[in-house]
Amino acid sequence: MDNPQAATAISGHAEPSFSTRTIWRTFWILLFITLAELALAILYYETDFMPKHFVNGIFLVGTLAKAFFIIAEFMHLRHEIRNLIMSISVPALLFIWFLGAFLWDGNSYKNLRNRYDRYHAAQSKTPVKETNQKHQPEAKKPGTIE
Amino acid sequence: MAQAIPAGQKWWSGGKSPFNVEYGKLMMWYFLMSDSFTFGALLISYGTIRFSSNGWPNPNEVFRTFPIIGEMKIPLAFVSLMTFILIMSSVTMVLAVGAGHNGDRKSVMKWMFFTILGGLAFLSCQAWEWTHLHGEGAWWGRNPFLNLDGTQSTTNFTNFFFTITGFHGFHVFSGVIINIIMLIMTWRGVFDRKGHYLMIEKAGLYWHFVDLVWVFVFTCFYLL
Repeated sequence: MDNPQAATAISGHAEPSFSTRTIWRTFWILLFITLAELALAILYYETDFMPKHFVNGIFLVGTLAKAFFIIAEFMHLRHEIRNLIMSISVPALLFIWFLGAFLWDGNSYKNLRNRYDRYHAAQSKTPVKETNQKHQPEAKKPGTIE
Repeated sequence: MAQAIPAGQKWWSGGKSPFNVEYGKLMMWYFLMSDSFTFGALLISYGTIRFSSNGWPNPNEVFRTFPIIGEMKIPLAFVSLMTFILIMSSVTMVLAVGAGHNGDRKSVMKWMFFTILGGLAFLSCQAWEWTHLHGEGAWWGRNPFLNLDGTQSTTNFTNFFFTITGFHGFHVFSGVIINIIMLIMTWRGVFDRKGHYLMIEKAGLYWHFVDLVWVFVFTCFYLL
């Protein structure tokens, strides 16, 4: 790749695909989504105004939107040719199975354990008394789950 | 598609890259894909453990301090600052890549410098946060925080937190090193002699990926 002509042919210098306007617009979108998520987190923390699952759904949508903008604009994938876009995005679909299968598995393990291990269920649902908790990390606490 | 490509172009008939990118850049994409599965495995195992637990600490209670100011009324303020720093350094990285497209050595050096500065700022913030949590008694193997409902929490929370943010921090650290090497190479005129700044683009891809992973870490540990 020491040949300037070859580099030009491959990276396509000619057209101005890096417009400063687009970069800053992407930046403002990312910043806005992050601030909105933060505001929602604080609002939920203070008021508990809607179910936690609903709030989590909004967070996930915001995260995926941010991921899309970073990959599409900052990493420039949206401006590459279709072959490249597909060879990156199709394998990423594995994550759908990956997430679904493993979270389902974790949830199932929790339910089975609560049903068949009564001791664990009782222990992990009994609140700890507030005393002797703070700033005694090394102390053996009552009801420690090992 | 931004690039001027003749209609009916036969990509797979040989003689040219079917992806229309340079070899190293394609390999960087493939590396990032494999790395995303490494991070994915870590985050999903965290999710599995969290789904299998009856209780979990509230991030709004755990992450609510800010350097100098101390305990804040607003939770998550500090980590939002870290997110802002990383997004900002991603912007300066794109600007460096853009300047490289125009063969503008001075601008590339300026933007690379700011990107490195952003990376170092992020690492400093993380060092402070780790030190602070360690001071509170949190580390691998010990967890001073109670669950949201006041029940006893396990060490899963701190183990995953330190492992995953540590692995991400290690990526940021390597990114900073790579960017410093790129800055030195730019300064010595290596890319001017080559006639292109594709190396800056590859380093840029890696740097944006680090930012991308942080978006997911931020959601998984601080928001959910």
